[in-house]
Amino acid sequence: MPGLEIHGLTVRFDGAAAVDAVDLDVPAGSVTAVLGPSGSGKSTLLRAVAGLEPPAAGSIRYDGRDLASTPTHRRGFALMFQDGQLFPHQTVGRNVGYALRLRRPAWRRGARPEEGRRVDELLELVGLAGYRDRMPGTLSGGERQRVALARSLAVEPRMLLLDEPLSALDRDLRERLAAELHDILRRAGTTTLLVTHDQEEAFAIADRMAVLRSGRLVQAGSVTDVWRQPADAWTARFLGYATVIDGAGAAALRALVDPAATWTQLALRRSAIRLDPGGPLRARVLSARVTPEQLRLELEVDGVGRLPAVAEPGLVVTVGETVRARVVPDRLAALPQGR
Amino acid sequence: MTVRARLAVAALAATPVIVLAVFFVYPVAGMVGRGLYPDGSLDLGGVLSVLGRPRVHRVLWFTVWSAGLATALAVVLGVPAAFVLHRLRFPGVGVVRTLVVLPFVLPTVVVGVAFRHLIAPSGPLGALHLDGTAAAIVAALVFFNVSVVVRTVGAFWEGLDPRAEEAAATLGASPLRVFATVTLPGLLPGIASAASVVFLFCSTAFGVVLTMGGLRYANVETEIYLLTTQELDLRAAAALSILQLVVIVILLGLSARTRRAPAPGRAAAIARRPRRRDTALLLWTAAVVVFLLTPLASLVLASVHTDDGWGLGHYRALQTTGQGNALLVPVTEALWTSLRIAAGAAALALVLGCLVSYLVSRRWRTRMGRRLSRVFDGAFMLPLGVSAVTLGFGFLITLDHPPVDLRTSPLLIPIAQAMVALPLVVRTVAPVLESVDERQREAAASLGAGPLRVLLAVDLPVALPALVAATGFAFAVSLGEFGATSFLARDDHPTLPVVIFRLISHPGEANFAMAMAASVVLAGATSVVMLLVERLRVGSVGAF
Repeated sequence: MPGLEIHGLTVRFDGAAAVDAVDLDVPAGSVTAVLGPSGSGKSTLLRAVAGLEPPAAGSIRYDGRDLASTPTHRRGFALMFQDGQLFPHQTVGRNVGYALRLRRPAWRRGARPEEGRRVDELLELVGLAGYRDRMPGTLSGGERQRVALARSLAVEPRMLLLDEPLSALDRDLRERLAAELHDILRRAGTTTLLVTHDQEEAFAIADRMAVLRSGRLVQAGSVTDVWRQPADAWTARFLGYATVIDGAGAAALRALVDPAATWTQLALRRSAIRLDPGGPLRARVLSARVTPEQLRLELEVDGVGRLPAVAEPGLVVTVGETVRARVVPDRLAALPQGR
Repeated sequence: MTVRARLAVAALAATPVIVLAVFFVYPVAGMVGRGLYPDGSLDLGGVLSVLGRPRVHRVLWFTVWSAGLATALAVVLGVPAAFVLHRLRFPGVGVVRTLVVLPFVLPTVVVGVAFRHLIAPSGPLGALHLDGTAAAIVAALVFFNVSVVVRTVGAFWEGLDPRAEEAAATLGASPLRVFATVTLPGLLPGIASAASVVFLFCSTAFGVVLTMGGLRYANVETEIYLLTTQELDLRAAAALSILQLVVIVILLGLSARTRRAPAPGRAAAIARRPRRRDTALLLWTAAVVVFLLTPLASLVLASVHTDDGWGLGHYRALQTTGQGNALLVPVTEALWTSLRIAAGAAALALVLGCLVSYLVSRRWRTRMGRRLSRVFDGAFMLPLGVSAVTLGFGFLITLDHPPVDLRTSPLLIPIAQAMVALPLVVRTVAPVLESVDERQREAAASLGAGPLRVLLAVDLPVALPALVAATGFAFAVSLGEFGATSFLARDDHPTLPVVIFRLISHPGEANFAMAMAASVVLAGATSVVMLLVERLRVGSVGAF
């Protein structure tokens, strides 16, 4: 199923390329996240797909049809902004029903009963039943985002475009809403392209992921593939790997986890090194900090160098003490360079 | 608020309040009182009977329909231009923006002269037979006020988050639908505010109607002038003044209600490059610019066209007193008088305007404070709409004897002009001060800065461009002020607009040619000032 196909897309602002020759596919029915730091061009990419930025080069196709001459309002891609962008002078119900009203002829005044039912259904779907007559100004940030989502879904869009849908919310709400968004999108079966700088958000909502850096696509694939096999050191760090090592240190760890392999660069998550009295690594403790979940350590590992590590929170460790540790193989990723 | 702070506020407010009372309320009340108490006793019946006269009905009807039509046309012409000049980015957009704002500061007599030349039977558009018609008056009113619409609506448009429109487009709304359902509701307060101010200006227009209306057309403002100076019917003049005052207070109230501070934390709109579908709007804007430039261009051309070909003969004549000694002093001397007076008026308007702006831009904590601040704001907007003629005539009859005798004072005209320019200064400076985040002041205070230090460190740097711009704006407006000045200027010390009016009222081709040359000089002076002001890029100049 083809869905969205982006080929060689370039968008320039005053000569500088914000999006640089990007190739990306969003298969129909999938939820794809474009992950990148601020300024990486991810929002521009999204706006180009929506038809809000004219591309300098490349093509955007949907179901095999080129969209170059299709204006925004005929693309059938509903874009949801970071802050929702509800129309402030309309009630929640009218906001959600906006697209429905667009479909009826301009001379027909007064809402049809089926429009009202559809609005209620959508509000129910996003968990805001009974909010129909509220004004956007009286809603919390999370509620506003959910109304914006309902408004976007009302179009029954061919594709949903989400621009940092949860970034404006506080952490607690973000986590809860990410899970809800995941369910709602699957239930509605809508093809979705979302951009975010927050890898947790991407993991929570998407099933496919693309990493963008300075306007260029670094890596794309399923969320687990990208997460397990980052393309390079920069991507690994951006995806939350705590450190990347190479040279003798990498060789020493390689000998422990996979002696047959040939890679020379390794990305480690914080939990890749774990204190273990029977472990093969010998290290000196440089610092230790207690968090609710675990004990976070900084170690000087013999033959490897400085590495972050974790231990059970109850363990008592003093700085300067010599400890033993082991490697947790599924918490690290070999980088393709020299693999 | 501590007692000391209360006293400080009261002291700050006292100066502008006293000035407003003595130099605005007192003269206007004096003029109105003259009509209400013709023989020392209240004569309301007489005043009411004035409103029943058929001629007054004609005048009122003309005032309403000419102002209403001009307002509608200014909005229709101005709103698309506001979009093009404030939301699109193309080479020369800055120059065009400046060109569009110019007419607003052009002296009314200059516009009168330019339009009369353009549509005179022998003029470039003589074939249209517009000379002396109401259509010509409406066109001149539109000419003046398009810039108010462009400025005010443009500022609103810049403040609208384009993403709401983009969201609507991605929901399937066509560009027209986006405009009708998202953009227009957002712009309405701006359009309403602009329209009410434009209607105010059009219904109190004086110079244009006087120079172009001749004997056939009079609005309330020129009628008050005729009643006081020609027919000496003060009772009728006072009746019209009172009516005008009531209507203006209502209009200003409506305008203040629709004028909303832009929402804080809004995303600044990014101007984009024109696309193919903007073609119609670009052409529309080009047509507006042509409409605004034609009278001026033809005025400039005519002023350098003498009987023996092109030349500066009419300008050299400015050193004389005109054909048949139409004037008592040469035009050049009047120019110096104008510049001196305008400088004084601008300085005065700046000082008063700063005090008023400071007080109305504070965030008052008590409901009483907020209410007082609003009343204060409204009171200083009044001179914007009150007939300059009423003000000028009021000055003449109240300030010529004790307790305030300024008959021979050189300050008389600067004070009158400062009262006219004051609302413009306040509307330029106050929004800028209001835009300062209160937390910046709080941060400065918490770091140990006293109130004066906070003002210098936080407010002044932000407000400085606005202060300079407001001074220039006040100077330009004073330079062209005609309504009040025409009463107060003495024949041996006239200002340039007064001289121009004298020249066109006197017979003789040479006098009209001199009036055109003098108009170009005056327009040039105000334009230079406004060009400099524009370079400061203060958005609130000329926006209401």
